[in-house]
Amino acid sequence: MDLGRFISFTDFWDLLPLVTVSLAAALLMGVLAGVVGPMVQARDLAFAVHGIAELSFTGAAGALLVGTSVVSGSLVGSLIAALTFGLLGVRARERNSAIGVTMAFGLGLGVLFAAMYTGRTANKFGALVGQPSAVTGDALGVLAVVAALVIGALAVLWRPLFFASVDPEVAAARGVPIRVLGPVFMLLLGLTVAMAVQIIGALLVLSLLITPTAAAARLTASPLRVTVLSVLFATVSAVGGVLLALSPGLPISPYVTTLSFLIYLVCRFIRRPPTTGFGRQRVSTTVLSLARPLSKSGPISESMLLIRLKTRVITEYSPVIVQLTEVPAPAGCRVNVDTLVDLTGVRKLTSTTTVPEPSLASGPSAPRTVIDPEPTFRLPDHA
Amino acid sequence: MRLDHAQLAYGARLLWDDLTLTVEPGEFIAVLGPNGAGKTSLLRVLLGQTALTSGTVEVGGRPVRRGSSRIGYVPQQQSFEPGLPLRARDLVGFGLDGHRWGLPWPSRQRRTLVDRALVDVGALEYADAPVGRLSGGEQQRLRIAQALITEPEVLLCDEPLLSLDLPHQKAVSDLIDERRRATTTAVLFVTHEINPIIDKVDRVLYLANGRFRIGAAAEVMTSAVLSELYDAPVEVLSVGGRVLVIGVEQEPHHHAHGATTTGRKRS
Repeated sequence: MDLGRFISFTDFWDLLPLVTVSLAAALLMGVLAGVVGPMVQARDLAFAVHGIAELSFTGAAGALLVGTSVVSGSLVGSLIAALTFGLLGVRARERNSAIGVTMAFGLGLGVLFAAMYTGRTANKFGALVGQPSAVTGDALGVLAVVAALVIGALAVLWRPLFFASVDPEVAAARGVPIRVLGPVFMLLLGLTVAMAVQIIGALLVLSLLITPTAAAARLTASPLRVTVLSVLFATVSAVGGVLLALSPGLPISPYVTTLSFLIYLVCRFIRRPPTTGFGRQRVSTTVLSLARPLSKSGPISESMLLIRLKTRVITEYSPVIVQLTEVPAPAGCRVNVDTLVDLTGVRKLTSTTTVPEPSLASGPSAPRTVIDPEPTFRLPDHA
Repeated sequence: MRLDHAQLAYGARLLWDDLTLTVEPGEFIAVLGPNGAGKTSLLRVLLGQTALTSGTVEVGGRPVRRGSSRIGYVPQQQSFEPGLPLRARDLVGFGLDGHRWGLPWPSRQRRTLVDRALVDVGALEYADAPVGRLSGGEQQRLRIAQALITEPEVLLCDEPLLSLDLPHQKAVSDLIDERRRATTTAVLFVTHEINPIIDKVDRVLYLANGRFRIGAAAEVMTSAVLSELYDAPVEVLSVGGRVLVIGVEQEPHHHAHGATTTGRKRS
């Protein structure tokens, strides 16, 4: 098979002006999907997204049959599906069976509607695998309005919604209206999915709503960074897909899904940076010394305030008797923390900020002799 | 915190009646009792999630309301997905402003508060680790930081030691004890195992069969008192500073009064 058929850039620049509407739609869709994605992951709604997408196809097929607009049909289908899923089950397990039950029936209906429709057959399939080249100026307007609405609503809801998603019990205790937030988010999700179905098709919606977030979550654990990366990945996939599909004249969807999958693969093989992923083995929680230099010579301020990573590999951890002076760290500075790591001895951690502590400003305390690790029985007091 | 002649019933099922309890700042009270005795319901009342059937409840001189920052809440340990993009400091930050609308803008002041809360529970070293990769004991430390970050007057703990191993049980209960002394936050600690905290509690509230008993651990945890509460012979043995209750945990349902204990444990 000739690979050039899939990736070719002949007449790329001639065709580019013809797809400005598609490009704008892909850009909007990428941003929208990237913003919604992390919340879908936090609420464990991947299967719901798939269900909503398939029922939006049913809506579109129904609309074809009764002769109204396919876009509004899929929108109605998505919203009904999203609300049903939102109200049916709160817990992931019962919700998933509810979605499975509803989705299978709904998709069957969709196939029936499509079979009963006697018009052009291409339309039946379009809703399943997408038809972004068919995005008109009007549809772009709808997409822009929906994107603004969903992103605006999420900006207001984000913090309590995220709290309620990952930590529902405490969120309820703190007065977050978790029962209202769930269905509200499902409505926003329904709108998003209905839009994505226009761009990429019901069967492939997951590649914009799930894959970019999954890739981003491989790289960082910070909610903010995950959102930024997922917007970036979704946008690159959507816009890149439109551009790559230009010259070969093939459908856009496979390019979008492939791009987003490739991004995921790359992220999967990049290790999380240790600051966020922590490169964790089992680390004991006991802090041996917090902002307190442990040294045989007198404490010097330099050793106290070093930020660079220091690893003391201690092959044999036998007790040592040391003279120890507690010196408070100046307020607001960075200090090192000694932690006991299984098998590798004492490791100094970096970049931990001390909290301004006014009570510590009293200066160093008197030196005292200690045995480290502390003996299980107490010796006579040397102080 | 004050409960005055409080009564709670679900339909015909009476959980407790005429419960009058004043909790002083910094006091550590264990709430014990069989399943279905209304321990968790008591916490729900204090959280403003369930209304009393009669009587009054107030915290800091004002009636309770849902989502008050004067009440901290530590739930049971639960598992987080390892891939969940949520760091320890994010979980603690929820306690500060998770209920507010809008986007969480990072600020120096917020960071300082979260750092201080993490330092207070000795969790600063894994502040940036994903919550899903932390051990149960580490997660419960974060829960305590999360609950105490608003400097509440009362800390409500709902079985915080459940599913922790013994060293972690000790570490977490030591931490709660230390924080309530440092902050004069009163602690209401729901548990069905008193031994990990028996040397720390000031008083015990024992709920059973719609009745209750309040007093020092040594007064309440006796064969006479528990036999009376359960309406059945209950043997309390004290071994090396620990308390063994015999005759309750094995067969609580046969002796129980009517509907006061349902078969929740067996189902």
